[in-house]
Parts: sequence; structure tokens; C-alpha cells
Amino acid sequence: MGTVVLDRDDMRRTLVRIAHEIAEKNPDGAVALVGIHRRGAVLARRLQALTSELLEPAVPLGDLDISFYRDDYSIRPSAPVVLATHLEFPVDHRTIVIVDDVLYTGRTVRAAIDEVFDYGRPARVQLAVLVDRGHRELPIRPDYVGKNIPTSQEERVYVCVDEIDGEDEVKIESDLSPTQPPPTPRLA
Amino acid sequence: MSSERLFHRAGRPAELLIRGAYVLDPRAGLDEPHDVLIRAGCIAELGSPGSLPAPEGGETIEAAGKHLFPGFVDPHVHLRTPGQEYKESIDTGTAAAAAGGFCAVIAMPNTDPVVDEAPVLRSLVETARRQARVPVGFLASITRGLDGDELTEMAELRDAGALGFTDDGKPVVSAGVLRKALQYQRLCGGVISLHEEDPELSRDGAMHEGAVSARLGIAGIPSLSESTMVARDAALAAYEGARVHFQHLSCVESVQALAQAKRAGASVSGEVCPHHLTLTDDIVRTLDSRFKMNPPLRAESDRRALVEALKAGVIDCVATDHAPHAGHEKEVPFEQAPMGTTGLETAFAALFTELVMTGELALDTVIERMTAGAALYGLPVAPIAPSRLANLCLVDLDARFEVGAEGYMSRSANSCFHGRTLHGKVLLTVAAGTVAYTSRTFAEALAKTPLSGAADHLTTR
Amino acid sequence: MSRIGPHLLSIDDLDRASIERILDRAESFDEVSGREIKKVPALRGRTIVNLFYESSTRTSSSFELAAKRLSADVVSIRSQGSSVDKGESLKDTVQTLSAYDPAAIVIRSPYAGAAGLVARWTPAAVINAGDGKHEHPTQALLDVFTLRRRLGALDGTNIWIVGDLLHSRVARSDILAFTRMGATVTVCGPPTLIPREIEALGCRAATTLERLGEADVVYVLRMQQERMRDSFVPSLREYAARYQITPERLLPGQLLMHPGPVNRGVELSGEAIDSPQALIGAQVRAGVAVRMAVLYELLVGSTSLAAVA
Repeated sequence: MGTVVLDRDDMRRTLVRIAHEIAEKNPDGAVALVGIHRRGAVLARRLQALTSELLEPAVPLGDLDISFYRDDYSIRPSAPVVLATHLEFPVDHRTIVIVDDVLYTGRTVRAAIDEVFDYGRPARVQLAVLVDRGHRELPIRPDYVGKNIPTSQEERVYVCVDEIDGEDEVKIESDLSPTQPPPTPRLA
Repeated sequence: MSSERLFHRAGRPAELLIRGAYVLDPRAGLDEPHDVLIRAGCIAELGSPGSLPAPEGGETIEAAGKHLFPGFVDPHVHLRTPGQEYKESIDTGTAAAAAGGFCAVIAMPNTDPVVDEAPVLRSLVETARRQARVPVGFLASITRGLDGDELTEMAELRDAGALGFTDDGKPVVSAGVLRKALQYQRLCGGVISLHEEDPELSRDGAMHEGAVSARLGIAGIPSLSESTMVARDAALAAYEGARVHFQHLSCVESVQALAQAKRAGASVSGEVCPHHLTLTDDIVRTLDSRFKMNPPLRAESDRRALVEALKAGVIDCVATDHAPHAGHEKEVPFEQAPMGTTGLETAFAALFTELVMTGELALDTVIERMTAGAALYGLPVAPIAPSRLANLCLVDLDARFEVGAEGYMSRSANSCFHGRTLHGKVLLTVAAGTVAYTSRTFAEALAKTPLSGAADHLTTR
Repeated sequence: MSRIGPHLLSIDDLDRASIERILDRAESFDEVSGREIKKVPALRGRTIVNLFYESSTRTSSSFELAAKRLSADVVSIRSQGSSVDKGESLKDTVQTLSAYDPAAIVIRSPYAGAAGLVARWTPAAVINAGDGKHEHPTQALLDVFTLRRRLGALDGTNIWIVGDLLHSRVARSDILAFTRMGATVTVCGPPTLIPREIEALGCRAATTLERLGEADVVYVLRMQQERMRDSFVPSLREYAARYQITPERLLPGQLLMHPGPVNRGVELSGEAIDSPQALIGAQVRAGVAVRMAVLYELLVGSTSLAAVA
């Protein structure tokens, strides 16, 4: 169901391009990749492999579980799988590239930035996303974008990765028929 | 003399025709529908349904489909007077009794001050004459101040109206002291009633010692605490030829000790409470202090043994051990709460719902055991028979009610059946010839019937 | 998904999946405790009240720290010197506390069922930090967490709990938690201190250490001086001779645990406490992370208002 907007090859080419852009923008190499769980972390790992071919020394990799920094507890359910944050390199003075699959309202990235700053003072923070679907609610903009896909709020963007979903693709699905009202919060 | 041991406020003698109710009074041999005519508080006539004329100047109650029982007798209630009237008074306690279908109750002496001297008893008698809606008898204490040491002036207390003696609330720990009381009983008469508990075994226990107390980490009271004392005191009673009544029995071992004593010819009797007949320690898992009593709720095997013993007559009667406590006293952690449950307003309904409707006990057995307390104490409570004073209650066995939904007649609300739906609603109680209680809905229904006059002598909610 | 909450009064409130989830969450919080800034904003703006009717430094400070590391505001009320001592009833105290609009109340009381009562009187989430001799669920959770880290899944693990079972709420919660996680539990102590029908909780009972060698884990309980005074055990010497855990009584692979504080020389010898087989330090360190996980799961986690995706 839904429309595929990026297939396996598209995704691979896109990630290669982003890796090159990161390397170009950070020639002195004091850069680190930090992916947001779950799929952002998977993409960050792939980007690390790609940038390691372009930069010396190898780019450190971390991942973030932003559960404790979210501002939207009442809107999204807790993830069924409990994950943890791993930032095992020093954050101070580095360029941290936050990696996520989809950029939407910007709240997830805001939480990720707050969490990174609890580990230290990076020199700068950049943002890499595979898909930017618009509808920002905070002044957050990506430095590296795989594909801009304008969407309506009734649509949902799914980034699927081999490691979790068994395939590599990005697709858009329409969430509702036109006559259905938007989902209302329900008591758990 | 014995007629001067029940005291109540004199009321207007009933003039009443109860038409077509199913009359069940085992003592009177009645077991079928009748018209019952009451004139000047006495049962004037019994007739086949529809045969008796309406009394002039009296009420007629259409009671087809309802049951008429002899008024129940509760030989074990705590009216908390004197000294703790914030929990219950003679007025509210007897109102609760009447609402439960009781026509007589016996009050325990563990009050403040303890009823251990004739002046205290006489003052209580006066209060009962002013306030009691149903006849109240009084037990005096066996020892002064319930200290277990010195006997009270038992003969003088008997002269002042005491029906008998008990240190209920506490056991008489010293066999020597109890023996003296049993000997003295030969002089003064009266029943000696015993709360059986060995404090060295019960210690700081708050519930039955068993799997549930092991789970909850709450100190337990083993059944042995009660049964060893029952056995000891039954032996003393037999040795002294004394008349002893064992209160609120709770375990199979006590039943066995009582049966053994009866077989040996001792003049002993026993009572059991509705809560021990219907509930077990499993319900204490809720840690709700409503279920904290002394003796405690015990195991299912104990409950079954108590039911069988009541059926067989080894246990002679039902008693509620009606023990009111204020809300703020009970709404504390289980171990801190005082022990006791109210029981007057729910006794019949609880037994009917949990034992008769399930087939564990027959209805006539329950009725008999709920009136047997009178004979045990030598009380002149008449059965349903012509020319006798009317003591009866009209009950709708089909009516269901939620316990406590409309509050209680008792000043206190600590009922272990609170919130349960029970069958068997008391509609009307006549005690010693006076209408002592009419349920509100029943009174409203009566007021609408064309034959009824002003219901000014009916006590309503 | 298994449901956690609205309160944590007893281990009975948690099925196995819920326990696993709390422990997984505790791992995340353990990571937070390793950071330089040991705080996350998850409970920012919420108020947690600690109501401690029994003196306890270790559990109360553990809960306080857990709440603070979640950025909550904490109010701690101890039984010394508060209106509680002046005879204010538990109910009145809880109703007064409603003025703070607490998100959670953590309560420790000398009386069984106190936490359950509090839950009736407040819309806040209630956490039982120990009620009489009944339960101490967060202690059991941190014990399982500690063991899980060391052993992985507990299925088939043989755990002995040694000491004063009768008076131990830690033991009751542990028996329930360990068996729920698949372990086999044997309790062992003097016959006067093993509750009758303790097997109803799902464990076996022994009165000597003869078969202690079967155990993978030996969990030792505090033996209090009062028990000697009340004749539960005739003397310290006799207790130590029969039940004290020393390195000689332990086999090399056996793990040693204790809820603390330890009565050195009574239930455990000094050498045993300091031996590498002892997990006691790990248990203490686990306390904050596990309590953070409990607070998080009750106040934010699976019970939050949620739209199903």
C-alpha cells in the first residue's frame, strides 16, 4: 500500500551523496555521527561506513534514545522496545551530526540536541535527514537532506531499512479516508 | 424475676393484620401461609390466608409473597454505652437491631466504665427504658475492670438485672479465677459467657495464622489460641457443674472441643457469627480493615465446620458480635485498626444469601438458630402463637439490596458486608408487641394503601 | 504491551513482561547515571512526595536521588518532627499533601497495606517503599536487575534466601519476583522464623544449610538484635553457628546478596561481605537506576495517554 518514493538504489545513492556532503563540509574531520533510535541510528551506522572511506581518522558513531527528553508524552505512545543512549566518545569541541530518518515537526531533533548538550559542549551541531516532509513547528533546519517530500498532515512517511523492516525503501501512505476524523488520544 | 431482665422503651401496642405471609416459626410448628392478627401487641389469632377481618383502628398489611419469621434474638452485641457513644448508643444500636429483624439483644459489658458494679448497671437499665427500641438484656463482667483478677459482686449484679456475666473482649486467663466464678454461679445464677483466647498464643496477631498471613507478613492468631481455652474451660465447667456459653466460635478445633464437652454431659452452649459462617481469611488479602475481627476470619475448612456444627446443633445459636467502630478508627492500616464488624442489619440477609440460597443450610435451621439465643439465656421471648406477645419480622426474600448503599441505622459503618448485594430485606419488625421498625420503602407503600390510617406509630428511616 | 501501573504496591502488580520492561528501562537510566550530567528532563515540573514513616537512609535517599535525576521536584517527609508525629492520621496527611498536587507518592510505613490505603485517597501514583513486613517491591526489582546483569535470564536459577523470613518484606517480594522470573527459591532459617505455610508463596523451606550447595545464589537477610530478645533465636552464637554465611560455607561459583544494611558478624562474616562473590555493592548501585525506571514507567511510560498509531 502506498507510493514508493525512494527505492533501494535511490536510498543507497542518496546516502553516498550525503556522506560526501558531510566530508566536504567538515574537511578537518573532527566530526561524529549520532543517530536517533531507531532508524536514524541504522542510517547513521551506514553513513559512518561511507564517511570512513572519505575521512581520516574514522568517524565516531553514537546513538540516542530521546525518550527522556521528549515534550510530547501525551501524543505519542512509549516505544514498545526499550533502548538506551550510547555516546562513548567526548562530545566537547566536536562537530556532531545528528542523523534521523524523517524530519517533520522538529521536536525529536530538539530533544536530541538537548540530550547531546547534556554530554558536553560540541563546537557545532549539524543535522542529516533522509527525508524532510515539511510542517516544522520549531526553528530547526537540516544541513543534509536526502529528499524533500512535501506531504499533507494526513499522510505518513515510512522509512524502511533492511536491519529492522527487511527492505530498503521510503514510501508515503495516506493515513485516513477523507471522511474520517483525525485520531483522538485514548486513555491507555 | 426473669421478665425484669429485658428493658426497653414502652411503645404503642401494635394493632395489625398481616395478611397472607408465609409464616415460618419452627418453635411454634408453623410452616405455611397465614393471616396473623395482632391486637394490643399480642397475637390474637392465626387464620388461613384471607380469612381474618381487618382490625378497626389498625393497619392491614398485604404480605402475600413475603415471609414472616419469629423476631430474631442476638445474645452478643456491643452497644458501646456508657463511654463510647460516638460509635453507638442504645438508641442507634437497637434501631439497627430492629432493622435486622431482631426483637431482643444482649449487650456486653466492656464499656467505659465497665459494667462491673450495680450502680453502672442500674443506670444502663434506665437508659434502656428511655431509649431502647427493642428489649435489651445486659451481661455484667466477671472480673472488676476486666482485669482478670477479682470477681465482681455477681449476686448484687444479678439483683440489679444482669442476665449473666462475661469478660468479653478479653479471656479470663486465670483458670483459678474462672473456677471461682463458676462456683459462685451456683449462688447467683445467670449464664457465664466466655471469649476464648490464649494471649500467649494470640500475642500481637491481627488475623488467622495460615497461608494468607504468611503471604501478607501479618502476625497470625492460631486456631489453637481459641480451642485450647474452650477445652480448658469446658473441663472446668463440667467439673464445677456450671452453665457456660462459648462466644463467637471460629475454628474446627473449637467445634470439636464443644462437641466433646456436650457428649460428656457438660451444660455448655456455643454461638457463631454470620461473618465466620460466610467469610474466610482469603478476603483479608485485600488488607481492608473491615475484615479485621477477633476471633479472626479463618480457613474455608473452618467455615465449613462451623456451618456443619450449626446445622447439627453442636453450635446452638447465631450471634452477631455487633462491634461498631468509627470511620476514622477503621480507616487506618490493617494492623493498626481496632477489631470488629457491625452485624445487626445484615445478619439474616448474609446467612440467607450465602448459605440458604446456596443450599448449605435450610431456611428453617437459620430461623431456629437466630432465635435460639433466647432459651440459652432464659429469656421469655415468645414464639408466634395466639395470646402471646408479638415478636416477629416480615421479610421479602426476593428483594435485593446493596449493603450500606443507603447508609446504616447503626451510628457506625464498619460492616464486613459493605457493598455486597444481599437478598432478604426486612420490611417490618415487631418487638415485645410494638412495631419497632418499618423499612422506608415499605412505609411509603403502606401510606398509599386505602385501608391504612396515619402511620404515626410506625418507625421509619 | 504489558501494563505497568497506575501504582506499584506489590510485585503481584507486575507480570514477567512488565518486570523485564522496567529492568530494560533501568539499564537506560544506569547509562544516565554514568554521564557527567546525571539528569534527564523526563519528569520536569512534576512533584514527587516521599513519605517515610520509618527511618531509612538508604531507601529514602535512593528514591530522592532517582526523582531528582529525572528533574522532578522532591518533597521528603520523615516521621520525626513532622505533623505525622503529632498524631495526624495517614489519611489526613495524604489529603494535606494533595495541596502539592504530587504526581507520585512514595511511602514507607511500619504497617502492611499502608501503600494500598494511600492509593485510595490520592490520584497520584503510589509506590510502596516498604509496608510493614508485607512487601518491598523496588528492592526485589533491583535484586532481579543485579542478578540479571550477572547471570542473564534467571530461568532455572536456584536461589536460597537465608535468615529471618518471618519479619522480612524483602523476602516476600523477592520470592514472588524470583519465581516470576523463572527461578526456584528455597527459604532457610530457624524454625521459629520460617512462617507456617510459607510454601504457599511458591518456594521450598529448609531449616538447615545442609543443602546450600545446590544454590546458584545465596541471598542473606538481616538478623536483628530484637529477635534474640524475643526468643526467636536463643543466642547470637547459636544463630551464627547454624546460619551465618561465611566464605567456607559458600562454593566458589555461588553469588552472595544482601539487601543491606549488613550486620557484620551476625548473618554474614566480614570476609563474606568483602569477597568477590558478593554482589552487595552492585545491588546498592542498582537502586537509583531501578527506582528511576519505576518512576518513569508509572508517570510517563506505558500508562501515558496515547493515541494508538
